[in-house]
Amino acid sequence: MLKFVLTKIGMAALVALTVSFISFILLFMAGDPAIAIAGEGASGEVIAAIRSQYGFDRPLLVQYVDWLMRALSGDFGMSYYFKAPVSGMIAERLPVTMTIGFLGMSFALLLAIPMGVLAAAFPNTLIDRLALGIAVVGQAIPSFWFGLILIVVFSVNLGWVPASGTRQWTGYVLPMIVLGYYATPAIMRLTRAGMLEVLSADYIRTARAKGIKPRRVLFKHALRNAIIPVVSLAAVQLGFMFGGSVVVETIFALHGAGYLAWESISRNDLPTMQALILIFAMFYIAFTFLADVLNAWLDPRLRTV
Amino acid sequence: MKLTKTAAAAALLPALLFATAAWAGKADDTVSIAFAKELEHVDPYFNTAREGVLLGNAAWDGLLYRDPATGEYVGNLATSWTWVDSTTLDLTLREGVKFHNGEAFDADDVVYTLNFTVDPKNGAKNKVATGWIKQAEKIDQFKVRIITNGPFPAALEYLAGPVIIHPDEYYKAVGPAGVATKPIGTGPYKFENVEPGRHFVLKRNEDYFAAAKPKAKVGTIDIRTIPDINTQMAELFNGTIDLVWQVPSDQAEKMNGRDSFQVINAPTMRVGYLSLDAAGRSGDKNPMTDVKVRQAIYHAINREGIVEALMKGTTEVINSACSPSQFGCDTAVATYAYDPAKAKALLAEAGYPDGFEIELYAYRDRPLAEAMIGMLAEIGIKANLNYMQYAALREKRIKEGAPISFLTWGSNSIADVSAITSEFFTMGGEDDARDKSLSDLLEKADSSIDPAERKTLYTQALSVIADKAYWVPLWNYSTNYVMSGDISFTPTPDELVRFYEIGWK
Repeated sequence: MLKFVLTKIGMAALVALTVSFISFILLFMAGDPAIAIAGEGASGEVIAAIRSQYGFDRPLLVQYVDWLMRALSGDFGMSYYFKAPVSGMIAERLPVTMTIGFLGMSFALLLAIPMGVLAAAFPNTLIDRLALGIAVVGQAIPSFWFGLILIVVFSVNLGWVPASGTRQWTGYVLPMIVLGYYATPAIMRLTRAGMLEVLSADYIRTARAKGIKPRRVLFKHALRNAIIPVVSLAAVQLGFMFGGSVVVETIFALHGAGYLAWESISRNDLPTMQALILIFAMFYIAFTFLADVLNAWLDPRLRTV
Repeated sequence: MKLTKTAAAAALLPALLFATAAWAGKADDTVSIAFAKELEHVDPYFNTAREGVLLGNAAWDGLLYRDPATGEYVGNLATSWTWVDSTTLDLTLREGVKFHNGEAFDADDVVYTLNFTVDPKNGAKNKVATGWIKQAEKIDQFKVRIITNGPFPAALEYLAGPVIIHPDEYYKAVGPAGVATKPIGTGPYKFENVEPGRHFVLKRNEDYFAAAKPKAKVGTIDIRTIPDINTQMAELFNGTIDLVWQVPSDQAEKMNGRDSFQVINAPTMRVGYLSLDAAGRSGDKNPMTDVKVRQAIYHAINREGIVEALMKGTTEVINSACSPSQFGCDTAVATYAYDPAKAKALLAEAGYPDGFEIELYAYRDRPLAEAMIGMLAEIGIKANLNYMQYAALREKRIKEGAPISFLTWGSNSIADVSAITSEFFTMGGEDDARDKSLSDLLEKADSSIDPAERKTLYTQALSVIADKAYWVPLWNYSTNYVMSGDISFTPTPDELVRFYEIGWK
């Protein structure tokens, strides 16, 4: 098990390094940062001065190594656009994104797993179709539209929650639903498929033959086994959510990491983009790694590298 | 039992939520405003956003002030000013003014602020604001001298606009990073709370000296950043936002039908134009290098038609390469009326009887760009739309030019032609004409301090641009203000929302 964990950690580190290198090169190919920093109406001399002031005239590899060394000590430099330390800005905004990520994931799990279990318990019935329908709608509705409908109904018409912002805790409710609902279909389908497979296994038939109550069979004996693949899917999706949703954060004016990423992309703010890409990738890598370890712990057959 | 508990909780929940919602408005003398854009830095010298100009005007003061009603310059932090020669401006400062933190205003503040922002190593971002200043000098405690980089007659306009004065002792102590969260000015409002980029609370400055600008009418201005226009509308409906602007005309029309809201359309200084690659930077064989082709394109665009069908409001067609509200913007120049037949004839004369294919670049207003592409197709020009981010398009244009670009320019709210015509026709990176004699003409106009002479020279320059059809001037942009019914506010054509002029009905 230890060897397995160490190998996985080594691979995760390599992936993170590769991501940071490739994104660094791509960002520099995408646009001249000096022109973006100079802003509207700057002259050629100003742009040239900025280029040498920020060291953009050095070889790309030198710039990368320089950035990497400082990034490893937690210094992501100053944002060209906001003129503030990147690490401070991200530290300020990440909690919002992580909060709605956690809430959204909890919402998705609370909705998807019971629906998946029900659908599997009554396959090809109205209940199954209904669960499938709810899930498909979640996948099909664009989140900007769904978010607005929720705002119109629950904020404008009913006045239960604010339309935007997080000055009150109720401001988190609608973003949580929009973000979570989008993740529901995959989890629900996977739960249903896993349950169907497990329910046809011999030990379930034995349990039922012993006269154990159907509900107990369903939740105690079947779900525990069927949930393993759901754990890894949920972990990966949580990593995805921590990357922030530009759409959800824009609609609900949340000022999280996703919105920051969007702003820095449209302003060509390299240090911020670079730091965010690395952090988002780290989340993804960390959660995938956790899912791998968790699964290996749950199922010894997966412990081969 | 369990069920009833749940039901009770469910019934109580909405009531609890209501209790926590803060209802701002007339009752607590608070006007809530939405910014669509996240302001990068609250210090007016460290942002280039319109929102920054508004806050600069609310919480700080300039040396001068331009009365929006008369267009005249009046003293603000300065009481009088004289040009010693064409590059030296002397100003006498107002005595007895205090900053929000109690610091007294004098020449040291002016000299420090200007010299700090001019010094490139301090990294001020708004280069347009003070780029014309060489240095500032203290003459005595209430007299300063500003030396310009060459003659700069538009100086007064800048001193009345983006050039605001910081308190030197405070600024020295905290720097731009400290100002980002705790800005201090002399203005009619002071900052009570700043969450950078997302939330600003302004409180009325009860001790405001109110020489040029009046004391604020409303006690509190609460500004939140809400990027999505639909969410802004929802907040308006909820009564949690009282004033927004830059509302698209379809949304504004819907709001106009409701009694509880007021919708006002007002013009802005931003103008739209097609820049044609007359210098042939995007390729020697570029048809745009032929004046007949450029005139044909001008004839092909039905500007009135687009304005009527797609833009509405107070938008009007413009004829010269500037905003009609700017000093020196002579509108009596050559124009080329919408006439597809004539356009075709001109193309044939230029040797393109069957038209040609060309790349058109744009960064905003896609429907307007597409309408123009349709009109070009009618005279046989197949224009391919390349829609890009502003920064990327600008970079491309500086590096290699583009055959046809659909662009807009807001002149940084500077009501002087030098902020637009001279910006784009004096051999800079985005100069598509590269016309040496035109550039010389403009540089002469920019450096003359005789207003009559400047006017004559700008008229000559604008005529050259029109005769050679370097640009197809299109229209000015207007903006829609949507306000709740009890707000009293009259927008000005400079799109500068003066928070202190907002009141209650």
